[in-house]
Amino acid sequence: MNIHEYQAKELLRRYGVAVLEGHVAWTADEAVLAAGKLGGPVYVVKSQIHAGGRGAGRFAEDPNGKGGVRVVKSLAEVKAAAEAMIGKTLVTKQTGEAGKVVSRVYVEDGCDIKRELYLGLLIDRATSRLTVMASTEGGMEIEEVAENHPEKILKVAIDPASGLFPFHARKLAFGLGLEGKQVASFVKFVTSLYGAFLELDCAIVEINPLVVTGAGEIVALDAKVSFDDSALFRHKDLEALRDDSEMDPKELDAVKHELNYVALDGEIGCMVNGAGLAMATMDIIKLYGSSPANFLDVGGTADAARVTEAFRIITSDANVKAILVNIFGGIAKCDMIAEGIVAASKNLSLKVPLVVRLEGTNVELGKKILAESGLAIIPADNLADAAQKVVAAVKKAG
Amino acid sequence: MAILIDKNTKVMTQGFTGAQGTFHASQGIAYGSNYVGGVTPGKGGTMHPSLNLPVFNTVIECREATGADASVIYVPAAFAADSILEAIDAEIPLIICITEGIPVLDMVKVKRALDGSESILVGPNCPGVITPDACKIGIMPGHIHRRGSVGIVSRSGTLTYEAVAQTTAAGLGQSSCVGIGGDPVKGMDFIDVLELFMADDETKSLIMIGEIGGQSEILAAEYLKSENFGPGKPNKPVVGFIAGATAPPGRRMGHAGAVISGGADTAEAKMEAMKAAGIHVADSPASLGSTMVRALKG
Repeated sequence: MNIHEYQAKELLRRYGVAVLEGHVAWTADEAVLAAGKLGGPVYVVKSQIHAGGRGAGRFAEDPNGKGGVRVVKSLAEVKAAAEAMIGKTLVTKQTGEAGKVVSRVYVEDGCDIKRELYLGLLIDRATSRLTVMASTEGGMEIEEVAENHPEKILKVAIDPASGLFPFHARKLAFGLGLEGKQVASFVKFVTSLYGAFLELDCAIVEINPLVVTGAGEIVALDAKVSFDDSALFRHKDLEALRDDSEMDPKELDAVKHELNYVALDGEIGCMVNGAGLAMATMDIIKLYGSSPANFLDVGGTADAARVTEAFRIITSDANVKAILVNIFGGIAKCDMIAEGIVAASKNLSLKVPLVVRLEGTNVELGKKILAESGLAIIPADNLADAAQKVVAAVKKAG
Repeated sequence: MAILIDKNTKVMTQGFTGAQGTFHASQGIAYGSNYVGGVTPGKGGTMHPSLNLPVFNTVIECREATGADASVIYVPAAFAADSILEAIDAEIPLIICITEGIPVLDMVKVKRALDGSESILVGPNCPGVITPDACKIGIMPGHIHRRGSVGIVSRSGTLTYEAVAQTTAAGLGQSSCVGIGGDPVKGMDFIDVLELFMADDETKSLIMIGEIGGQSEILAAEYLKSENFGPGKPNKPVVGFIAGATAPPGRRMGHAGAVISGGADTAEAKMEAMKAAGIHVADSPASLGSTMVRALKG
């Protein structure tokens, strides 16, 4: 689960991580009030969306104007900046062409920036350990740095048994060329951030840029926090930070029904059991010359109700010209899936061609249910047959 | 010979009296595997209501009383790390965790506890391990398997079944099938399983099924290039497949570990690495069996 920058900073502040003072605002007038609480004379007005590249991004309504993060020097300018952002669509490198509507801004103190660094905490799957990454290349996308200047990324892996010690942070601090009181400030910053990561069950925390101020303090200029979805059960309070408007409505709908759904831009709707098989089904559709409209893992415990919900979500996508159901029953039983398909086809009065491939547990029973349903279901014998049939159905439908 | 498990393996179940534990233990028993008992804290000293096997409060009691040398875990995600750690503490040689959705920081601790322990972990978030006609531990449908010569290792459950069905249909059968699971932090990885298959006489060829995300398929390809192929090496034919060629970057595709995060973790990069290592890459998930038949013909 991702959250907004202002939410991340409020959380991190509680764990002793150095962030600048700032306030969220939902209207231009609120932005002026928020700025009034700050010291000035420099303010930063930042669009709040779940995507990076906001500073370099442009608003769809004003493509030749300024970006989604603006440094201003008066309350009047704060108001103008907030008005230019709130309710407008910000298009950045990470949002795609459609962009994202800015519903709120964060008004923050200006900062005397001496250096911009990068700091990231994540679970490195190669070592199976929490790893602290730092780089002198602050403000750049870390993937680009990794690609072009891997030597500029410093890493320390933390043994979970002993945890993070000051030496881990000192190693990074000296590697970054920090000196004097900057080192102690950095050690405190990293230690606090590590504490927050563990306490909140984060998946990724990125501070980019992390800045060294003129006074030698280490402060987070931006903050990206993402939580481990599997651990949210022990952080009920974090649910309040979820912003449904940032999600695709179909994906949001799927989450509510415990379905694993990712919207894509193709024309064949897919319903599959198992994540690997679901991906492979998308791949084989592409191989036979069409493209998948979605990833959908219906899960091992799929019953008629879940299958119906899955069909409803798939068919709510106007681009879907045909549906492919691919089930290899292990825990999932083919007869239960078949009953779900029949019920869903009738309830939703399905209008697009439906190809069904069933294999595994209770397959004969499942096939029988489909055959006797009287529905115009196209049965398939195996994965290749299914993919060919569904692609042919789409081509025929034109 | 097969790997990890055979007809002598004594299997215990953690989460024994729950719906999942009960159902899959009964399936394992019906398959002919040697299930010896299990653990449900608080129900120790009773018999399982439907399976007629003893229930214990702790893993160590179960191991000492039954001689169990493999434990399969069906405990809910919130408590699964605790169960794995208890099995490690009881020095169970093989631990197989089926549970999906364990918090990643819990698995980081589990992984640390495995270092220097007496235990091997398979999973979590995996279908389990099967040696056809001998022992079935996990949730895979037993009837699609045939004892044979292909060793299968995979990050995906249902895609493993696909490989099994296709090798069964091709008349080759399987020596053992290991689902290593779709999580980013897990027990055995590809190389750990490949090492066992390399050393196993019954395994004449291999199928390796990966996914987008992470580097382990690339490391495995490099391992096979140096340890499997070449003069004096086993030279077992290997068929590979990577799921997720059409997945968009930055989106998690079901499995916690299946997300392209930039660099060499795309399906394309992994397939390239496999080809460079001498692995026969199947162009379609429907041609795993036929690609193996071709690979065996040389």
